[in-house]
Amino acid sequence: MGRKTDLSSRSNKSLICISCPIGCHLTVEYDKDNLREENIKISGNKCSRGITYGREEVLAPKRTVTATVSIASEIQRRLPVKTTKHIDKVLIFELLDNLYSLKVKPPVNIGERLIENFKGTGVDVVATMKLDR
Amino acid sequence: MKNKVLDVAIIGAGVTGASIARKLSAYKLDIALIEKETDVAFGVSKANSGIIHAGFHHPPVTLKSKLEIMGNSMFDQLNRELHFPFKRCGIIVAAMSVEEMKTIQELYQRGVNNGVIGIELCNRSRMLELEPNLNSDVTGGLYAPTGGIIEPYRFVFSLVESARKNGVNIITNFEVVDKRETNNTYTLISSTGESIKARYVINASGLYADKISELFGAKKFKITPRKGEYYLLDKSSSYRPSRVIFPVPTKISKGILVVPTVEGTTLIGPTAENINDREDFSTSIENFEKIFYATRRLVPAISERDIITSFAGVRPAAEGGDFIIESYPDVPKFINAAGIQSPGLTASPAIAEYVKDLLKKQGCRLVEKPDYDPYLDETVKLREMDHSSADQLFQKDPRYGNIICRCENVSEAEIVHAIHQGHTTLDGIKFYTRAQMGRCQGGFCSYKIIKIIHRETGLPFEKITKRGRESYILKGSIEDDWKGVVEVTNTSLQGGTTRDMQTGSPDNNAQSAGGNEGNT
Amino acid sequence: MREAVFDTVVVGGGAAGLAASKIIAERGYRVALVERENRLGGILNQCIHNGFGLHYFKEELTGPEYAQRFIETTAGTPNIEVFLETTVMDVKTSRADNNNSGKGSTNSPGTKEVFCYSSRYGVLKIITKTIVLAMGSRERNRGNIGIPGTRPAGIFTAGLAQRFVNIEGYSPGENVVIIGSGDIGLIMARRMTLIGARVLAVIEIQPYPSGLTRNIVQCLRDFDIPLHLSHIVSRIYGRDRVEAVDVTPVRNGKPEMEETFKIKCDTLLLSVGLVPENELSKKFGVKINPETGGAVVDAHMMTSVDGVFSCGNVLHIHDLVDYVSEESIAAASFACDYMEERGKWPAAEQFPTVASSNIKYVIPNSYDPEINNRFFFRPMIVKNNAKLCIRMENEDKEQKTLLEKRLLHVQPSEMVSVNIKSERIKEFLRDGEENRLVFSIQ
Repeated sequence: MGRKTDLSSRSNKSLICISCPIGCHLTVEYDKDNLREENIKISGNKCSRGITYGREEVLAPKRTVTATVSIASEIQRRLPVKTTKHIDKVLIFELLDNLYSLKVKPPVNIGERLIENFKGTGVDVVATMKLDR
Repeated sequence: MKNKVLDVAIIGAGVTGASIARKLSAYKLDIALIEKETDVAFGVSKANSGIIHAGFHHPPVTLKSKLEIMGNSMFDQLNRELHFPFKRCGIIVAAMSVEEMKTIQELYQRGVNNGVIGIELCNRSRMLELEPNLNSDVTGGLYAPTGGIIEPYRFVFSLVESARKNGVNIITNFEVVDKRETNNTYTLISSTGESIKARYVINASGLYADKISELFGAKKFKITPRKGEYYLLDKSSSYRPSRVIFPVPTKISKGILVVPTVEGTTLIGPTAENINDREDFSTSIENFEKIFYATRRLVPAISERDIITSFAGVRPAAEGGDFIIESYPDVPKFINAAGIQSPGLTASPAIAEYVKDLLKKQGCRLVEKPDYDPYLDETVKLREMDHSSADQLFQKDPRYGNIICRCENVSEAEIVHAIHQGHTTLDGIKFYTRAQMGRCQGGFCSYKIIKIIHRETGLPFEKITKRGRESYILKGSIEDDWKGVVEVTNTSLQGGTTRDMQTGSPDNNAQSAGGNEGNT
Repeated sequence: MREAVFDTVVVGGGAAGLAASKIIAERGYRVALVERENRLGGILNQCIHNGFGLHYFKEELTGPEYAQRFIETTAGTPNIEVFLETTVMDVKTSRADNNNSGKGSTNSPGTKEVFCYSSRYGVLKIITKTIVLAMGSRERNRGNIGIPGTRPAGIFTAGLAQRFVNIEGYSPGENVVIIGSGDIGLIMARRMTLIGARVLAVIEIQPYPSGLTRNIVQCLRDFDIPLHLSHIVSRIYGRDRVEAVDVTPVRNGKPEMEETFKIKCDTLLLSVGLVPENELSKKFGVKINPETGGAVVDAHMMTSVDGVFSCGNVLHIHDLVDYVSEESIAAASFACDYMEERGKWPAAEQFPTVASSNIKYVIPNSYDPEINNRFFFRPMIVKNNAKLCIRMENEDKEQKTLLEKRLLHVQPSEMVSVNIKSERIKEFLRDGEENRLVFSIQ
């Protein structure tokens, strides 16, 4: 790959590290066409956790999702739920669409699985509130 | 209602219309009190200083002065009958210079001429004795012990309840936009095409009185909306005066006051600004500064840290400044009660008497009703009760034990009562019960009140409003945003789509069958 | 009027009240846990996001999960009687109780009467030895920040909006502007986005966000929601429902009106701070600290009224529920010590704590040299690598440094805690002197 093309696919991203309360402002440089850990250049970090965080955010940003689903309960109309692990950011809205089409009947307990292994990611969605009736 | 011809239709359910309706309900008449808003007292009567004036501000030649003095003297009897929040706490006018003392002298003389009982001139130490939190630079002033305070909307509510009790029809959400006239009968037509027929029409439509007058071909005049902004300060403020404090008035305005409300808060304001839009209830930074500057001149300790809320009211000022309460030879059976700005609240019982006389002169037969009952039962207020009387109340209705508004201590039973009196908006309930009026401004209780409105009226959540019209609180159910519902009964589901769920969990087919088709 | 007798009345069944009840019951005392709502857990029930429990349970939980851990232990404790949908309206104490000067009382515990209202019992009078105040806080609202303009529907405090969305299942609006970058506001920015609303902007008057950095990143940046620092909402438009707001930059504390821009929206959420809810406490004479809005408490978390303790957000606003639990457990333990009157109580003489440079307040307001003291304090500045300094100060102005500590990062939104051992304090204590413990950050 020629030097010129290499340059044109270089990208910049500014991030705030959330590994600790300091919140370092990171600049992350990477090659869009050649995303590899060793290609990612991070500056602005005060410690090594900034590098780990910056790399993850570029390679595969993931989040825990919390939301609610419909429940036919006397106590409240929505049942809070969460993903058991971080899920790829790009999948969040698709996951939500799935959650919003569920309707749960009580009783339900904390940890009860509502969706298992979402799209083969290994991530489950579980209830986070106990609703008896 | 539609085909029946009533005797009297009163347009506008503010303090003027409500007073007239209640007065006329003592006679054998079919009456409708008509309001364009969702609730009564939602116009001019909702937002004003709530003062019962003593009667020294206006020269005796004016109609407003006569009705003010007469009205003031009627409030004790009215209060015995209707039990609204009212207190003759007295009014003082504080002069801050020798120059201002000259005006005080004039006011005193005017008060004496008008027949104000107990009015006195005060030197500096008398002023500070009456009101220790007053600016110590005060030069002297005026004291009128017959002046007082009232909660204006509560007053209107009790008038309306009394009128209803004595047979008056209360019609809300009816904005009069047109009229027809046939066989000595007026037909009032609303913006939604409904109609009400009546032989006599009384125009008490406040800010719109000029338009209604014009619609009937009666006197042409112009209502100039005059906005007044206010700030309400917390009960806990230490400088709260015990009397209403006025500055020395100027030619155009009575000035910016400090009012100790009946409910224990302190009200400061109003500004006075002529505007074009009759429904401009906005407040501004400039007037915030103006109000605090002006009232600190009277009571230096007033602090913006105590603000609970701000609001603006609009007064219907008519040309010439006096009330327009009259009938017209060329417009039979029509009476204007217009331009009722300050001291309209004070004068309102006297205005009702005056209008009654005009109605009689117009040929309306007034025969007293033998079963007229001027008395209302006192509305229960939990916050004013001791523990043992509260406990007895629970025996009758356990809902008195469920405290909905924690700032003002309002119970579920009181809110249900308000709803059954026709107050089905958040603001209506607020003005009726004081729930949401305290320091949290509804942060804790408004969702509970919405649920109670829903339960008592059947209105869906998203149709419940703050104060009628399009003032919806919520934008709809979250569930409605997403189409196709699949039920799940606590069974783990396979895969990521609902279609997979159905095939993947055979023990769960009962729930999947319903909504799956629509879910794409 | 019904009457009941308990050793302790805990007012409020949220995070603070739950933790306090648990401890007191475990120590063998009978607890009346009084809660206004129809279930325990308080505001945690509507905080469906995660991030709770990292300190206390060493794992990341959502609000309802955090609450449930305490609710389960509470329900399983026979010494606790829970009164739901019950409001404490009034407390009557004996006069002697109110004479406490902040030093250990020599009085035996006086009897207190707590008046509770509920649909079930009417007025219930609970006679008790001790009271733990755990009423939490309320949100500052529009009136408190005085935004000019109209007063249409569509203005919510962030917590109320959260309740509508997460519990009632209703959306407060479609196009949203959020005032204040407090954590609840940030959490709601994400939440509204996830239910399909558009969050157009978050407006913060300070030059720095008032919420946690984690929330700025995961709630705003993840969804490209603009955060306008050093800006205010200068006017609200709309007759029936919110129609738009004016947003104005602030420079050197002054709004630059000519640079005002308008954002069309139908909903305004306010996340402009919390206020301890001490109306009940004030009614029966509990002394309030103007810096926190909470009670003045001694080294044993006892208020100016003998036998009345305070903890959680009603004492001072916490940024982490974990600290609320920890503080409430401490307060509850002191309440038990108080009831036991065993040697430790009446306590030794206490001495004042003082918040000095760059510190808004220190809790508790005094310390007891006979115990290991734990202090919470709130910085007023944003700084990396700050130096915490705790000195013993006396009349002659001679100051002795008792503790110096590097703090990696301080900011107003993050409370700091520090422990000082009894032995360390005793080294510096001087007989007959004031022995003020002065906290500062440089």
